[in-house]
Amino acid sequence: MTHASTASKSMTIGEAFLFPVFFALAFLCLFAAGLAHDAPFAFHASLGAIASLAASFFILKRYYDRPAELPPQEINGRPNYNLGPIKFGAVAAVVWGIAGFAVGLLIASQLAWPLLNLDLPWTTFGRLRPLHTSAVIFAFGGNVLIATSFYVVQKTCRARLAGDLAPWFVVLGYNFFIVIAGTGYLLGVTQSKEYAEPEWYADLWLTIVWVSYLAVFTATLFKRKEPHIYVANWFYLAFIITIAVLHLGNNPALPVSFFGSKSYIAWGGVQDAMFQWWYGHNAVGFFLTAGFLAIMYYFIPKRAERPVYSYRLSIIHFWALIFLYIWAGPHHLHYTALPDWAQTLGMTFSIMLWMPSWGGMINGLMTLSGAWDKLRTDPVLRMLVVSVAFYGMSTFEGPMMSIKVVNSLSHYTDWTIGHVHSGALGWVGFVSFGALYCLVPWLWGRKGLYSLKLVNWHFWIATIGIVLYISAMWVSGILQGLMWRAYTSLGFLEYSFIESVEAMHPFYIIRAAGGALFLIGALIMAFNLWMTVNAGEAEQTTQATGLLQPAE
Amino acid sequence: MSFWNRHKILETNSIILIVGILAVIAIGGLVEITPLFYLKSTIEKVDGMRPYTPLELTGRNIYVREGCYLCHSQMIRPLRDEVERYGHYSLAAESMYDHPFQWGSKRTGPDLARVGAKYSDDWHVRHLTDPRSIVPQSVMPGYPALAKTEVNIDDIAAHLRANREVGVPYTDDQIANATADLLAQVDPDSADVDAFQKRYPKAAVRNFDGRPGRPSELDALIAYLQMLGTLVDFKLYDEKANLR
Repeated sequence: MTHASTASKSMTIGEAFLFPVFFALAFLCLFAAGLAHDAPFAFHASLGAIASLAASFFILKRYYDRPAELPPQEINGRPNYNLGPIKFGAVAAVVWGIAGFAVGLLIASQLAWPLLNLDLPWTTFGRLRPLHTSAVIFAFGGNVLIATSFYVVQKTCRARLAGDLAPWFVVLGYNFFIVIAGTGYLLGVTQSKEYAEPEWYADLWLTIVWVSYLAVFTATLFKRKEPHIYVANWFYLAFIITIAVLHLGNNPALPVSFFGSKSYIAWGGVQDAMFQWWYGHNAVGFFLTAGFLAIMYYFIPKRAERPVYSYRLSIIHFWALIFLYIWAGPHHLHYTALPDWAQTLGMTFSIMLWMPSWGGMINGLMTLSGAWDKLRTDPVLRMLVVSVAFYGMSTFEGPMMSIKVVNSLSHYTDWTIGHVHSGALGWVGFVSFGALYCLVPWLWGRKGLYSLKLVNWHFWIATIGIVLYISAMWVSGILQGLMWRAYTSLGFLEYSFIESVEAMHPFYIIRAAGGALFLIGALIMAFNLWMTVNAGEAEQTTQATGLLQPAE
Repeated sequence: MSFWNRHKILETNSIILIVGILAVIAIGGLVEITPLFYLKSTIEKVDGMRPYTPLELTGRNIYVREGCYLCHSQMIRPLRDEVERYGHYSLAAESMYDHPFQWGSKRTGPDLARVGAKYSDDWHVRHLTDPRSIVPQSVMPGYPALAKTEVNIDDIAAHLRANREVGVPYTDDQIANATADLLAQVDPDSADVDAFQKRYPKAAVRNFDGRPGRPSELDALIAYLQMLGTLVDFKLYDEKANLR
C-alpha cells in the first residue's frame, strides 16, 4: 500500500510489545514441543509455535502495510467504528455453531445406535461430548458474545473500540483457545470438570485472553461519548468479570510436569464438587444468561424500534439476577455428600432466582408494546421474541427442578439434558441467530438480509426441532426416574438398570431427529448470511446512527 | 425518587460499576464455599480410606481421560431405591483424595461408586472391550485399545508427588516405591507384593486383564474399578456421629 503521508511511521506500543513476545513464544513453544512428555502436549506446543510465528509475521506485515497514521477515532464528527474483529467473530460463530450442532447430532445418534462410537479412542461418546458442549457454548456462544459485545459497546458509547491490535488479539486468541481445547478432547486431554475441561496450559492462555477482553471492553467504556453506560453493557460487564472469577476459582491445578498435559486440580472431593458447580451453574448464569441478556437488551429494542420497556425493571433485574445466580450452584448436588446446609441454600436461592429471571423476560417481551404486529412480518424479530419466551420457560423449569423432591426424580436423568437444551437451543440459540441476522447486514453494509423467507424456514424448522428434542427428553427423563424407583408389590426393585437403558431407545431417536432439524435450520442460516454478504444489495445511505437513548 | 437517581452513580462510572458487580457476585460463593474448608463436619470420620495405589491412580486417570464420568455417576444418594440398587449411600470421606472429584451428573449407565468387587475381572475385560458381548442392550462404547496399550511407568512418582502437593497424604515411602508398586500390583508372584500391601492396606494384587507382561491400561482401569467403594468399613461407621 502506498501512502503520501510523510509522517514518520512508528510502531504502536501494542505492536512493539506483541511482536517480540510472540516471536519469543514461538521458540518457547518449539522448545516445549521438543521436551514434551506426551504426544498431545507436543502437538499443542507445535500448534502454539505455528500460531505464534504466524502472529508475529502478521503483526510485522500489518505494520509495513498500514499507513503511518492509525485509523482515526472519528470521521466527519462520527465515530469510526472498528468492525473487523466483529466480522471475524460473526463468521467464526456461524462456522463453530454448525460444527458444534453436527457433533451434537453425532453423539445423540451414538446414544441411539452405539455402533457409531466406532470403538476408536478419539470417536467415543466420552471424548466427543465435551467437544460438543465446548463447541456450542464456548465456540459458538463465545464468538457471538465477543462479536456482539464489541459491536454494542462501540455503538452505545459512540466510540471506536479501544486498542488497535488488542481487539484482534482477543478474537483470534480466544479462537485459538477453542482449537486447543477441542483437539485436546479428541486426544484425551481433559481435567473432567464439566464445561471446564481444558487442561492447565489452555486455562492459562484463556486467562490472558480474557483479561485482555475485559481491558478492551472497559477501555472502550472509558472513551464513551454518552454520559450513561447502556444497560446491555452492564450485562456484558457482569458476564466478563464473573467468568474471569469463576475460571480462576475452578481451575487452579498443579501440572505433573511443565512439559506434559496432565495436571491435578487443587481442590479435592466435596470442595472440588462445590467449586465445580459454583462454576458450572454460573457458566450458565453469566455466560449463557447475562451475556445473552445483553444481546436481548440491545437487539430487541433495535429490531422492534421501541425503547426498553422499563428502565427501573432493568436495574432491579440486573442486580437481583447477578446477586442470586451465584448462590444456585449446589442444586446440582442435591442429596449428594455435600452438607445439607449448602444444598438448602442452593435450593432457596434457585427458587428466588425465578423472579429476576422473569423480570428480565417481561422487560424483553414488553419492549414490543406497540410493535406486536411486527411479529407477523419480521421473522428475525419473531426469533428474538421466541428466544425470550424459551428463556422464560426454562427459567421456570430450572427453579422447579432445583426443589429437592423434584430433583430426587430428575437428577441423573435426561430431564436435565432436556432442560439444558430448552435453554440452549431455544434461548441462547435463537437469540444468537436473531442477533446474527441483524448484525451481518449491519457489519457488511447491506440493505437487509438476502431472504426473509429463508429466515422463516429456519425459524419453523428449528422450532419443531426444539419441540421434538425437549419433549423426547421430558418423557425419557421422567420415565427413567420413575423406572429407577419403581417397586413390585413384594417390595423389590421392579426394573434392572439395563431395562431403563433399553426403554430410552425410541426417545433417543426422536431427540436425534430434533437435533438434525436444528442443524438444518442453522445450515439455512449460514447460506442466507453468505448470500447476504456476497449477493446482498449494498446500503445506499451512510449508516443511520439511530442510537438508543441512554438509560435514563 | 432518590434511589433511582443514586443508581446514576453506577451508570456513569465504569470503575464503580465494576467494583459493584465484583462485590455482589462475591457474596454467594464466599458463603457457600469457604465453610467447607473449615467446618469439621464436612468430611465424615471413617476407617479404611487410603490414597490410590499407583496402578489405581493410573486407572483413574484413564477413567477421566475417556470421559466415563459423563455417563456414570459415583455418588449414591440416600434414597431407598439407590441404596438398594447400589449399596450404602456415598460419603464425602470416600472422595476426599479425589483430584478431581468424579461424582458425575448423569446416569446413562449405572452408578459406579460401589462397583468394586461386584463383577469378576474377566467380566470387566470383556465388558470394556466389547460391552454388547455381555450386555446386549448396552449403549456403551467399546474400548479395545486399552488392552493393547501399556501404561507409562516412568513418571508415576511425579503423579504421586503432584497429588501430595494438592493434599493427598502420600508418604515418602510410597513415592519412592511408586514404580515398583505399580508393577507389583499386577504380579502376585513378585517379591515386592508384601511391601506393597503394607503401603496400601487391602489393595488387590492380581493380573487384572489376564494377559502376561507389563501392566496395560486395561489392568489399570480394572484395578481402579474393582476398588471403587470398597475402602470404608461400614461395620465401624457411625452414622449418628456424623450427622450434618
